[in-house]
Parts: sequence; C-alpha cells; structure tokens
Amino acid sequence: MTNDIIILPLVVHFFLSILLMFFWNKLNFQKIVSVVGNAVALGVAIWAFTFVYNNGTQIVESGDWPAPFGIVFVGDMLAVTLVLLTAIAGFAVSIFSTISVIKARLRFGYFSVFHFLLLGLNGAFLTGDIFNLYVWFEIIIISSFVLISIGGEKSQLEGAVKYFALNFFASMIFLTALGVLYGLVGTLNMADISLKIAEVKDTTLVEISAVLFLVGFGIKSAIFPLYFWLPASYHTPPSAVSAIFAGLLTKVGVYALIRIFTLIYGGDSFLTILLLTLAIMTIFSGGVGAIIQNNIKKVFMYFIICHIGFMIGGLALFTEVAMAGVIFYLIHDIIIKTNLFLISGLIYRIKGTTNMKKLGGLYANYPKLSLLMAIPLFSLIGIPPLSGFWPKISLILASFNAQEYWFFGALIFGSLITLIVIAKLWSEVFWKNQPEISFPEKFIYFNQLRFGQKFTFIFPIAFLTFVTLYIGFGAEHIQQLSQRIATELINNELYIDAVLKR
Amino acid sequence: MEIILAVITGVLYASGIYMILRRSMVKLILGIILLGNGVNLLIFLLGRITKGEPPIIDSAEKVLEGVYADPIPQALILTAIVISFGLQSFAIILVKRTYKVLKTDDLDQLNTTDEDS
Repeated sequence: MTNDIIILPLVVHFFLSILLMFFWNKLNFQKIVSVVGNAVALGVAIWAFTFVYNNGTQIVESGDWPAPFGIVFVGDMLAVTLVLLTAIAGFAVSIFSTISVIKARLRFGYFSVFHFLLLGLNGAFLTGDIFNLYVWFEIIIISSFVLISIGGEKSQLEGAVKYFALNFFASMIFLTALGVLYGLVGTLNMADISLKIAEVKDTTLVEISAVLFLVGFGIKSAIFPLYFWLPASYHTPPSAVSAIFAGLLTKVGVYALIRIFTLIYGGDSFLTILLLTLAIMTIFSGGVGAIIQNNIKKVFMYFIICHIGFMIGGLALFTEVAMAGVIFYLIHDIIIKTNLFLISGLIYRIKGTTNMKKLGGLYANYPKLSLLMAIPLFSLIGIPPLSGFWPKISLILASFNAQEYWFFGALIFGSLITLIVIAKLWSEVFWKNQPEISFPEKFIYFNQLRFGQKFTFIFPIAFLTFVTLYIGFGAEHIQQLSQRIATELINNELYIDAVLKR
Repeated sequence: MEIILAVITGVLYASGIYMILRRSMVKLILGIILLGNGVNLLIFLLGRITKGEPPIIDSAEKVLEGVYADPIPQALILTAIVISFGLQSFAIILVKRTYKVLKTDDLDQLNTTDEDS
C-alpha cells in the first residue's frame, strides 16, 4: 500500500480537474480550489520524493497485473524529481494565473484544463509503459491545444494552428516508432523492451525505430531542424500559459528522450553522433535566433531552444558526469524558464508591452522588483554561484573528457550568447530611459492595482526565485541528487530489476 | 494480405504527408486524418496478422500453445482511434475559428505571429 504514494500526484490533479468542471461559472471558487489544490499537490510531491529518496524505486502495478503484462507506474529518482519540479512550477503558475489571466479566458474552464495538463505531465514522468507514455503525451497536447487557443485572439489562433499541426505530426511519428518497436520485441513495458531489444537481430530496424523516436520527441522538445513551431506559437497565449509550456512541455520531450535513449537505445555510436550534431546545431540556431529578437518573450523562447541543446548534447555523451550535468541542468531549467515567462508577464503588466524598443526605465521606477528579476536572469547566464553555473561545469568537464571539442565550443558559445543577450535585455528594459511612446489607455497598469493583487503578481516570481537560489547555493544537494539519478540511468539494470522484480 | 496492407499503409502515409504539406487548412485536416489511419494500419500489420486463431486457452491447458492472434495491437489501435478522433474534431473547430477570424484558408497568410511586436 505504501508505495501507492507515487500515483497520488496523478489522483490529486485528476480529482481537481473534474471537480473544477462542476463549478464552471464560479471563478473565484475555481481560483481558490486551484491554488489550494496545487499546494496539496506540492505537498504530495514532496512526500513522494522523500519516500522514494529514502526507500528507492517504487512500483505500482495497475490492476495488480505484474510487469511486463500490466501497465506499471515507476517512481524512480528521475521521475519523482520531475514530479516535484512540476508541482513547484504548477503551484507558482496557478497563483500567477489567478491575477494575470483575464476573466474572459478563465470562464472557459481554464483551471480545469490546466490541471489536466499537470495530470498529463505527472503521468508521462511516472509511467513505465511506452504506449501509456503515448497516451499521457496526448493528454498533454490536447490540454495544451485548449490552453493555447483559449481566448481566440488572431495571433493565438494562428499560433494554435501551427502548434497543432506539428505536435499532431510528432505524435503520429511517435506512434509509428512505437508500432515498429512493438513489431520487433512484442512488448510495451520499457524495462522488458530494454531486455528484449538486445536479442533483435535486425539492427537496421532497431535504428529506424530509434530515429523515429528521435524525430517524434525532437519535435516536442524543439531540437534543431524541428523547432520552428515553437517561436511561432509560444508567445501568443497569456504569460501564465507560456510559462507552464516553457517550463514543462519541451522538458517532457527531453525527459522522454533521456528515458528512451538510456533505457532502450543506450550507447549506440550512430545515435551518439547524430544527437551530438543536433545538439550543437540547436545551441547555435537557438542562440543566434535570440540575438535578433526585440520582443522579450521571443528572446526567452529562443533561449528555450538554445538550452535544450545543452541537455541533448549531454545525453549524447552518455557518461556519468555528463548525465549528472544533464539532470542538474533540467532541474535548473524547468524552474528558471517558468520564472522567465512569469517575469515577462509582470513586465507586460507594468508597461503594457513586451517589446524592448518600447520598454525602458524599469530600474528607475521599480528598483527592488528589478533586483528580484535580476536573480533569475543572472542564473540563466550561469554567473557563479547561481544555479546555471554548476551543471555547466559537469557538461564542460564531460565534453572535455570525451574529447568532443565541437560540443565543448558550442557550450561556451551558448553561454556567451546568453550573456550578451541578457546584457542587452538588461540595458534595454531596465537601464535605458523610458522612450516617448503612447501607452494604451484602457489598460490596468501594475501601479493601479491594490496591494493584494500586486502581492499575487510578485509572490510566484519570488517563490521560484527562492527555489533558484536554493538550487544555486545548495548545489551540493542537487549535485548529489543528480549524480544519484545519473548512476541509476547509466546502470539501467537497477530500473529493470525494480520493474520486473528479478 | 500483408502485402496489400503494406501498400495501403504506404499510400496512406504518403498521401497524408502530401496533404499536410499543402497550403490549405482543410487539406491539413484531411492530411492528419489519413496519416492517423495509416499509423493505425501499420500497428495492426506489425502485430502479425493471424487468421482464425483466437488467443483463448483451452480448459485442459495452462498456457497458450502455438500460433495465435495478438490482441494487444487491436487494443492499441482502439485507443489511438479514440485519441485521434478527439484531436481531429478539435482541429476542425480550430480551423473553422481561424477561418472566421482571418478570412483565409491559405497557411501562407498566417504570418502575424512572426511579426515584430
């Protein structure tokens, strides 16, 4: 019974999303239930995390069917860490949503769909069955389609069409890969696949299925030639929605890549070269894209792409040091990217625009708030001792040890370009004098809000900044955690033994 | 039988991707429907087609012996059909709304998201 704790995050969000449907028009009630529910989910996630941290990998067999016959939920360290991060990001974003998303949007079941999205994310992290992973991915993308198009503005609908088309295509490629893999091994349990894939004689077909998975998850996680939907769609919905997308949706693709390529296709030399090349190109194209953008939301979007490359490259190196770097970067990235989009939402509320050309003088008007926003921005660059710095040490060390100097150069380039763009953003938005532009009249600015509303805006950002500071200053704990996860991922027998109870 | 199914799967994939690559939004929907069906057929085909051998264990035996039809691909396809039905109906509504707002069916006209704002 005790190991059922790992599926409690799913139960909480499932219950909440259905409950909220019954109170469709009671928006204030929905806001309270959503925030309280997310606080409960955070508590449950912490409980599950500490339970797995102390007692090792936990398995829940649905319907008591033993693996590999039934669907299993596997709470290993990686999964519960990501569930915890999802809960942290979800808690912050739900508080931010209560104030920043307008009523016209909330009225169409925003919070209910939001909890379905979190349900899908938690499910994707916890499942041990590859077809079940597909189903969770579908729950994620259906919820995200609704969230991206809710409100029905012109740019939103355009973004939604592009987002829909490519994500649907990615799902179909994923399903194709799954079909090919099932045809080869005749099982869907990931631990069981991992054992049986070694016995398959036709290695060409194995590689084809691997590349199909790479394309499917690559579209979802926005790696190099497949990321064009992201800059076309992520900035169109409200900032709260962008924040949860930026923090978690692309990362669930990265999670799936990590899971598939450590467990099933580990150490294939062809895939290593392919992943490494894609990672380098992702870092370059994301970084160069960020330089030329004038809208801060678009700058942050290109940073998402750029920093996905760090993780994919580390995954390609497939050493323990590199994997520890990847996991640390993933932990840092989920928190920081969510926070960045919340910050862009706050800047929009203060100034009524997110265009750098029209912004300015934020530091003169709000010095304390600017300092709060400075911490996540500097963490993103990786200024020691803030959180972005530590995983880069591991990644650079690993690339140097593996003598992958191109990736080494790309890492330095990606960090440098982040520094340049953030420096430009800082001087344009915070230090430059406010340019003479006409502000929209019918807009409720930040300084017109009551104290409680201001607090609701700032609290989620402060909360995530606090988490970022903990990751930076408590790096020893996070590094130990990352190394433990990396060891579990590299020695995948641990996972297989736990699932199949050998 | 396998060869016919393989050819049909190939045709569905090819025509689906061709339709997605067209510029019209209605063709986009047709494309995803065709592609979805192609994927379902592929899973069905890769589960090995066995005729007239239901996976039912005789009362005298403990385990299933010999060749039998694998029921799992059919369960997978059923799930995939339901999911893609939901997605397709969402897509139709989305495209209709987009058409009403933008007054165009041409995907090349969807470029306000790339403008500098």
